Amino acid sequence: METPSPLLRVRNLTQAFGPLLACADISFELHSGEVLGVVGESGSGKTTLLNCLSARLTPTNGIVEYDLRGRGLTDIYALSEPERRLLLRTDWGVVMQNPRDGLRMNVSAGGNVGERLMAVGARHYGAIRREAEDWLAKVELDLGRMDDKPKHFSGGMQQRLQIARNLVTKPRLVFMDEPTGGLDVSVQARLLDLLRGLVRELRLSAIIVTHDLAVARLLADRLMVMKDGKVVETGLTDQVLDDPHHPYTQLLVSSVLQV
Amino acid sequence: MTQEDNESAAAIRVENLTKTFVLHVQGGARLPVFADLSLEVAAGECVALYGPSGSGKSTLLRSLYANYKPGRGHVWVRHAGDSGGGWIDMAGAPPHRVLEVRRRTVGYVSQFLRVIPRVPARDIVAEPLHALGVPLADARARAEALLGRLNIPAAMWDLAPATFSGGEQQRVNIARGFAVDYPVLLLDEPTASLDAGNRAVVVDLIHEAKARGAAVVGIFHDDEVREAVAERVFDLSKERGAA
Ligand SMILES: Nc1ncnc2c1ncn2[C@@H]1O[C@H](COP(=O)(O)OP(=O)(O)OP(=O)(O)O)[C@@H](O)[C@H]1O
Ligand SMILES: Nc1ncnc2c1ncn2[C@@H]1O[C@H](COP(=O)(O)OP(=O)(O)OP(=O)(O)O)[C@@H](O)[C@H]1O
Ligand SMILES: [Mg+2]
Ligand SMILES: [Mg+2]
Repeated sequence: METPSPLLRVRNLTQAFGPLLACADISFELHSGEVLGVVGESGSGKTTLLNCLSARLTPTNGIVEYDLRGRGLTDIYALSEPERRLLLRTDWGVVMQNPRDGLRMNVSAGGNVGERLMAVGARHYGAIRREAEDWLAKVELDLGRMDDKPKHFSGGMQQRLQIARNLVTKPRLVFMDEPTGGLDVSVQARLLDLLRGLVRELRLSAIIVTHDLAVARLLADRLMVMKDGKVVETGLTDQVLDDPHHPYTQLLVSSVLQV
Repeated sequence: MTQEDNESAAAIRVENLTKTFVLHVQGGARLPVFADLSLEVAAGECVALYGPSGSGKSTLLRSLYANYKPGRGHVWVRHAGDSGGGWIDMAGAPPHRVLEVRRRTVGYVSQFLRVIPRVPARDIVAEPLHALGVPLADARARAEALLGRLNIPAAMWDLAPATFSGGEQQRVNIARGFAVDYPVLLLDEPTASLDAGNRAVVVDLIHEAKARGAAVVGIFHDDEVREAVAERVFDLSKERGAA
């Protein structure tokens, strides 16, 4: 076939909070192996969109379909609650902007990673521990800290642990909300390098929300620009950044020094 | 060769391409760059884009790569891809098709290297080849051969090019552009910041690419380089239209 069916298909997604349209009539497709960046000003609806896509917030209107293994494109909000939870634990990863929301702060670093493996059926303690070690090494966390609780980690370490926790089960699709937000520049560079490598190596599909156009340039194949809940421009990342057409995108691109 | 002889071997065919920038942040000013531009380049041929600064040479080259979105017209590229070959319109194809054409068929050497944090020079060069499925070791060997030819000392291959000089960065960029044997090569002033010795290496690389059948479209500010590599000049100053 010319074009394979998409991994995720979103049609006319709308999320209203009272009179406020946080997401208004959004439609797009994500293909396997593709990384989509979502950019836009604060309050434009990026996190809301991510929540709706990742089965954590039922949209007011519209359909989100995911290519379930063995079932094909399936409306994720027509799944039962246990089915949805299983999806979130196995096929998907969600990296939250605040690692506190994505980690269990009172469980050891190794436990945070091992827990996900156990959720998909791993039972052998030694194997789980080895796999957890592998992943902590991949995200460059000191193995000596494996038994420490993440509440004592720095922000950058917590973020890397969150990434390890989410990728250990080899998800097909990862949602990330500002994965490099709040980190200093050198930590950001390492995290980006790590993410770039993992996305290529694991052939991950990802939707990454970021306000940082340089991050978008580095990680995303395609970009979606949001303003006031609406998608105002989409295209290949370099097209959108180098030849923006919509007035808002031009403003966004011209307000940063160089990306 | 006559135009007719070239027909069958055409690698890229530009039809009625029109590009006008609309600058919304500057009160919606319209900036017509070219209108109804047509151009055909054969396999094994090099066409030099020519014209004064601001005449639209880089804009055309970027439009061929689908980095800029033209308002009207077509950029047909002969593509032999995973999901079937044939002529693909870079100005109209969906994003994942454009990316596939960029991976296999069309290479682009920009004027400046875009440094990727923490990635060493060797891997920046090897990456496009590795992305095509070539084993990492082979891709790296090819990268080293190219970096060596372009006189980047072996001691620098393991370093990220952020601290390299302008000319060194540009040579890394050229090596990356030549790592894959693309059927179509787009070169934006590849020799601009190079000394005579390295300019000669780039001229050789372009000759070799043409010899294996690549169609090359380039911008060469250096007359000597242009005369050495291009069989034809395409003058952008004649293409401006009130689009
Ligand atoms: N649960 C909620 N109840 C009411 N309003 C909400 C709720 N969640 C989000 N909003 C509103 O919806 C709009 C979009 O919020 P959202 O968090 O999606 O923005 P964002 O693009 O992620 O912004 P930021 O870049 O600041 O994180 C905002 O005006 C916000 O106040
Ligand atoms: N992304 C862009 N947004 C708006 N205007 C642009 C953009 N890129 C190019 N232009 C404008 O288009 C015109 C042609 O520029 P272009 O860079 O193609 O010229 P050039 O022939 O390559 O010049 P030079 O020899 O100086 O590199 C110029 O007026 C330039 O300002
Ligand atoms: Mg948000
Ligand atoms: Mg130019």
